[in-house]
Amino acid sequence: MTTELIVAGFGGQGVLLFGKFLALSGLKEEKEVVWIPSYGPEMRGGTCNCTVVVSDDPIGSPIIDAPNTVVVMNKPSLTKFGPRVSSDGLLLINSSLIDTTSDRTDIKIETVPANEIALELGNGRAANMVALGAYIALTKAVKFDTVLDVIRESFAKKKEFIDLNLAAAKRGYELAS
Amino acid sequence: MAKVLMKGNEALAEAAIMAGCKLFFGYPITPQNEIPEYLSRRLPQVDGGCYLQAESEVAAANMLYGAAGVGERVLTSSSGPGISLMSEGLSYIAGAQLPVVVVNMVRGGPGLGGILPAQSDYYQATRGLGHGDFRVLVLAPSTVQEAADLVMDAFDLADKYRSPVMVLGDGLIGQMMEPVEFKKKEKVELPPKTWAATGYKGDRERSIINSLYLDPLELEENSWRLKARYDAMGRDELRWELTNCEGDYDVLITAYGSTARICKTVIETLKKQGISVGLFRPITLFPYPYKQLRDAAQKAKTVFCVEMSTGQMLDDVKLALEGSRPTQFYGRTGGIIPTPDEIIGQIEKILKGEEVDKR
Amino acid sequence: MSKVVFKRPKALADVVTHYCPGCSHGIVHRIVAECIDELGIQERTVGVAPVGCSVLAYNYFNVDFFEASHGRAPAVATGAKRARPDLIVFAYQGDGDLASIGMAEIVHACNRGEKFTVIFINNTVYGMTGGQMAPTTMPGQVTTTSPYGRDVNQIGWPIRMCELLSSLKTDGFIARTSAHSPAEIIKTKKAIKKAFELQVANRCFTFVEVLSTCPTNWGMMPIQAQKRIEEELLPYYPLGVFKSPNGDASKS
Repeated sequence: MTTELIVAGFGGQGVLLFGKFLALSGLKEEKEVVWIPSYGPEMRGGTCNCTVVVSDDPIGSPIIDAPNTVVVMNKPSLTKFGPRVSSDGLLLINSSLIDTTSDRTDIKIETVPANEIALELGNGRAANMVALGAYIALTKAVKFDTVLDVIRESFAKKKEFIDLNLAAAKRGYELAS
Repeated sequence: MAKVLMKGNEALAEAAIMAGCKLFFGYPITPQNEIPEYLSRRLPQVDGGCYLQAESEVAAANMLYGAAGVGERVLTSSSGPGISLMSEGLSYIAGAQLPVVVVNMVRGGPGLGGILPAQSDYYQATRGLGHGDFRVLVLAPSTVQEAADLVMDAFDLADKYRSPVMVLGDGLIGQMMEPVEFKKKEKVELPPKTWAATGYKGDRERSIINSLYLDPLELEENSWRLKARYDAMGRDELRWELTNCEGDYDVLITAYGSTARICKTVIETLKKQGISVGLFRPITLFPYPYKQLRDAAQKAKTVFCVEMSTGQMLDDVKLALEGSRPTQFYGRTGGIIPTPDEIIGQIEKILKGEEVDKR
Repeated sequence: MSKVVFKRPKALADVVTHYCPGCSHGIVHRIVAECIDELGIQERTVGVAPVGCSVLAYNYFNVDFFEASHGRAPAVATGAKRARPDLIVFAYQGDGDLASIGMAEIVHACNRGEKFTVIFINNTVYGMTGGQMAPTTMPGQVTTTSPYGRDVNQIGWPIRMCELLSSLKTDGFIARTSAHSPAEIIKTKKAIKKAFELQVANRCFTFVEVLSTCPTNWGMMPIQAQKRIEEELLPYYPLGVFKSPNGDASKS
């Protein structure tokens, strides 16, 4: 199985971390992974994104024309990356910040109110983890337990964030399951 | 050691430390900044380690000259415009036969160009790194793991040949994160650095680190001595990789670095359509594996060169083929990375007997 | 019974130099070699030669040497000293090399407080290439590239390196001396010795500028050249210690 992801949003929404946690989870499960950030002028123009590939086979091109999954955390990202989801692919929309959707009929479109849930849990900045939880439930790209382990390890030095991020990921996962 | 997820730039920096690199001199430039940033953290933790941000790339190259001249392992990294500024120093380093490792994470040029990945410094790396009769060994990784492995080898090769060695990556290799395993390298037997300027104690000739030969016969001698080393590299250090070359194929792709891995996806995709295409990936760009490419091209009707430039390695491909096969070229540059679909479209044209698009 | 009262320092090679009669390079070479001998550091001293008249300095000292590219001796010395802090490293540079093409390297080495020694020969002219105008050439001075005399309205005033470098906050030893008379040569020796002593003690960046003669390119006899330093250069290039690590400065 090969999961290709572009996750995009505003700078500061944690989309690079979303991608990194997916890649780290893939690595933990001994899959092939690659993570590429957008860098340069692209970073300044409103959206920040990264591409992640998780696969059972060696990864050739890390550049993906039409990824089979896209997660958009803000409206400009929907406009930019919505059209690029491959046929039969998945588009996950953060409905807290995006009040529209894609008119594509050849893909599966799901929504998650990531910011609202994160705020309910006490910190809007955990929206990326809510989306990640939902994404894992929808794609099964990696095991959810692996993601939880990665969250625990990654925040080992900032223990106060562990519980919040775990809770956020779990809520997202439950909501989309 | 377990695999860790790292950016190419950071993996390469850690690999340099594992290879015994003690010093780094450089100047900030995108897209390689993670290398100096990483080493500014790590080198102070190394015994005898020194990270120094130079006032310019010009100075950095000359700091390399000083550090290599006293016999220590030293690294610099930059991108096109900075490498141009280092040209002078690298020519002196080559002339004075000093081992240094230089990383170029190529961005689009000429001039200030852009900051996105390109392969437009191929000529500079393989032919025009500075004035005078010299070359440098050029290694081109296509994965983060390979970048780390090649940097470790680069230090040994530099010491072995008393020559600068360049690791030629691009913005993609530098910025990408992939799992990497730092393998403990077997110690390579290398000649002692008796030539280093470490203080004259009367037990050897005085060490003079120098590229000045006012006597033309001596200068000629030095140039041929360097040439003999380049010939030895061509005999003993060639590296290349063949993909999908076991069976038959009408088209043989040649590509290196990031472009080669994109072409691997092309090969896999075409395989599913029943079309077999081979890939020849040179890993050493100088010396270039000419004969190995010519051999691999025997089965092909066309050799298709893909680069992130307007066609630089293409010259070496033609030199390798000696006219025995027709070549086609497809290039994107300026920071545009060719996509697998684009390349597949061109291969379909070749198979139909049509000319490919120039870009 | 005869007694040896004057001999070649051990650190000075027993070779004939290519320097012109009346040139100060020979004097300053000897002083550097004497200091190396007196401090007992020959076996751990590494020199860095410039591009200019002293390009072949590596042939004249009995120590390991680098030949640097034009102006970059402070960068080469930085690399060597950072790699091997136990070595005693000195760069030997002329005015075109140091104050023109190598301005960035010397300023930044000084500002970083690199713990090596720079001997700066200021003879107000490019020597090796045949007497062209240097950044230190005096106003009105005729050279092969200032045939009407240096015009300060076009080219600016001669650069005073000691004053410029001593304006940096970083600790250092910065001194200007002259090689035009026995008394000043003795002072030059004192300053260069002090610079090496400070390096041996791992104290700070050390820099000694020596006003020097170039009879050939000045078109003068050696005695005239010495007189020129005294009459023409000293009023513009004052001698003295501009900065020292314990804070005192004594300009003459």
